[in-house]
Amino acid sequence: MSDTPVKTLAFEPERYELHAPAAYHFDLDRREFLASLGGGILVVLAAPAQQSGGHRGGFGRGMPQQIGAWLHIAEDGGVTVYTGKVEVGQNARTSLTEAVAEELRAPLATVRLVMGDTDLVPFDMGTFGSLTTPTMAPQLHRAAAAARELLIGLAAEKWKTERGGLAVAGGKVTNPATGQWATFGELTRGRKLVETIAADAPVTPAERWQVAGRSTPKVKGVDFVTGRHRYPSDIRRPGMLYGAVLRAPSFGAKLASFNDHAARATPGVVVVRDGEFAGVAAPDREAAERAVRSLRAEWKAAAQPSEGELFAYLKQHAEAGSPREQGSVAEGMAAADHKLRQTYTVAYIAHVPLEPRAAVAEWNGGRLTVWTGTQRPFGVRGELAAAFGLPEDRVRVLMPDMGSGYGGKHTGECAIEAARLARAAGKPVKLVWTREEEFTWAYFRPAGVIEVASGALADGSLLAWEVHNYNSGAAGIGTPYHVPHQRIVFHPTESPLRQGSYRALAATANHFARESHMDELARTLGLDPLVFRLKNCQDPRLAAVLEAAAGRFGWKHRKAAPGHGFGVAAGFEKGDYVATCAEVAVHRTTGQVRVVRVVEAFECGAVVNPDHLRNQIEGSISMGLGGALFEHIEFEDGKILNPRLSRYRVPRFRDIPKIEVVLVDRKDLASAGAGETAIVGIAPALGNAIFDACGTRLRSLPMAPNGVRVG
Amino acid sequence: MARVTELQVNGARRRIDAEASRSLLSVLRDDLDLTGAKYGCGEGQCGACTVLLEGQAVRSCVTPVGTAAGKAITTIEGLGPAGRLHPLQEAFLEAGALQCGYCTPGMILSGVALLLRNPAPGEAEIVRAMQGNVCRCGTYPRILTAIRLAAKKGGRP
Repeated sequence: MSDTPVKTLAFEPERYELHAPAAYHFDLDRREFLASLGGGILVVLAAPAQQSGGHRGGFGRGMPQQIGAWLHIAEDGGVTVYTGKVEVGQNARTSLTEAVAEELRAPLATVRLVMGDTDLVPFDMGTFGSLTTPTMAPQLHRAAAAARELLIGLAAEKWKTERGGLAVAGGKVTNPATGQWATFGELTRGRKLVETIAADAPVTPAERWQVAGRSTPKVKGVDFVTGRHRYPSDIRRPGMLYGAVLRAPSFGAKLASFNDHAARATPGVVVVRDGEFAGVAAPDREAAERAVRSLRAEWKAAAQPSEGELFAYLKQHAEAGSPREQGSVAEGMAAADHKLRQTYTVAYIAHVPLEPRAAVAEWNGGRLTVWTGTQRPFGVRGELAAAFGLPEDRVRVLMPDMGSGYGGKHTGECAIEAARLARAAGKPVKLVWTREEEFTWAYFRPAGVIEVASGALADGSLLAWEVHNYNSGAAGIGTPYHVPHQRIVFHPTESPLRQGSYRALAATANHFARESHMDELARTLGLDPLVFRLKNCQDPRLAAVLEAAAGRFGWKHRKAAPGHGFGVAAGFEKGDYVATCAEVAVHRTTGQVRVVRVVEAFECGAVVNPDHLRNQIEGSISMGLGGALFEHIEFEDGKILNPRLSRYRVPRFRDIPKIEVVLVDRKDLASAGAGETAIVGIAPALGNAIFDACGTRLRSLPMAPNGVRVG
Repeated sequence: MARVTELQVNGARRRIDAEASRSLLSVLRDDLDLTGAKYGCGEGQCGACTVLLEGQAVRSCVTPVGTAAGKAITTIEGLGPAGRLHPLQEAFLEAGALQCGYCTPGMILSGVALLLRNPAPGEAEIVRAMQGNVCRCGTYPRILTAIRLAAKKGGRP
């Protein structure tokens, strides 16, 4: 095991996601697995060579030609679909089940999804980037449509008739002319068919959906309200021990001396020291915690940057970046009547998935099996294989539907730690990170500095737009408005803290900067912020969400009570369009901000599940207002100062405004993923509303951890 | 060290052998395999570990098992009358008041404790009672809807 120096793990999150390795070519010849399926029919879908990432160009580069998914119809008619995507609360299990039931014309309850089990499912890079709906759902549509056609063929053969006259509905193939019918099971019995289909097989267009497009309730919802569902941290294995890990007192500190006499003298306790890693396994959680506390360690600390110097540090350690240019910003600025230059900053924040990282590891001969919560089961398998010098086919990672991730569980350190302890103990070991470990040893949403310069004509037409983003990332860095002269630069930097993916990545930071700046510019020009946006908008889909949100909000007829203000923001990212209107109240003396009402319009192509989409949008608004107003990681010299829920404030019931969601359903457009982009509008909408309420412009996220200084 | 040898959980006596200082949460989860109560923060700040002790919502992660001995403990697994759902569990499904669902058992038990105290709570009272429970997925408005729905139906099985 190697130690994990903070700085080498720093990565720019979007690039990190895109460069996630796809080194594994699925071996179709897994006879054992195929044999375990028994009879029936198996449809194997060859994944497209170019995975469409919507507007995220270049995504497909380096993707191997591989199997996208497979679907098996057993001899009892049961449908099982195998996919590498995982369920983390975004309800992909439900939406993908809808896709299969739609094409198979079969009841939802007959379709079962096996997700994220690396021994059973085809390789998948991971569940991130809002890619499940635009890439996996169409593949499952195709696989299920092919299975349906195969079943029709089997029925036609059986009844010695033309397939054209047959129909599929309710999990049966029927011949309306003769009244004959057969269940899927009757057709697949005694068969052992494998059909490989092309990635571009035709599917049912959204206008004709019968199952998809409806508000199907969460699959296995009852298991979640009864406690029956087993999350990764709930997995139990015979003879299992509980792990705890010795943590350094600060980032970059090295173990100088180590004494484990007390722990080793405790019956039932196993101690591991391997390089910089030290941990214990014990019969129960408290015994493990006691044992790890009894370890005597001295550390050699290394100086680390602190929060106070964060933004200067990011700029000092920045690379030049490669600009995206259009026209000439210098020319545009020279011709502008009004110019504005502002700097916006974003603090590190934590994902705080309510289920911290958890893993149960078990060795069996030379094989390692790990149940763990991750958005990248195959990525974690690779990390485990590398850490223990095993070939990947000796490692199996299973990912039970987990207690959320928000981009925060891409990596496998907890799985590796559990596996290291289990190897020493010779028994399965469960390791559940404490909340403090989760706050300290996972990774954060990147902090950043964003400089925006703009120029506009007196009539409000944008002429020039220049953005420099230091560290927070390139997602959503462009502008969806029409600007002839643009210069957009992302500057990667060294990061004082370990950072990584987060719901919507840097699109939140970049939308905050851009939409705050648009508001400032509108005020400079004396224009209504909504009118100013629409004036510079040439994208009808963006205009549509702006108008939908403003219409529901009553923007035109808004009247602010004293201390109240209104704000609007809009954007585009990952194939989704969003517009957010907010009303806030700022307390005259304390400066406390109360979010009164939020209206958000959202368009992501054809809506797959309206209720689950609303749920994602409401949730994004609730989560987003934390990062907008008060969430931030405090750190000093390699220590996180607020690594607990009593010190790090997350949104709670009292913080939540009245939320209204307007869905713009475009059945004529392919469905985009929708679990992330809904979060990007809330911060600028709130900032703009706060300015409207009290005249204070806030350019740093979080905007009001201790209220707004008014005036 | 004092040990606890029996708990009354979900209407049944369960034999255990645990140090009295261990948390009720880890005994429920690790010794009795009642994993519906979740670890979220270990300091009683998130409510994921909520169970009922004599009908009151408590944070089992900061409750020593010794103090729960001899008292009626209700976990999410024992909430519904045999084979059926409690009205608040039904209301959570009806309102779609979950995403990942990790907070759900604690939310439901906090809501049940509230409805036991007051079968018809007002909005402010619901928010006050639920303020200690975190849903990081942000389904708060739906959870409020679910509690109102259950209250309308009488709130008790």
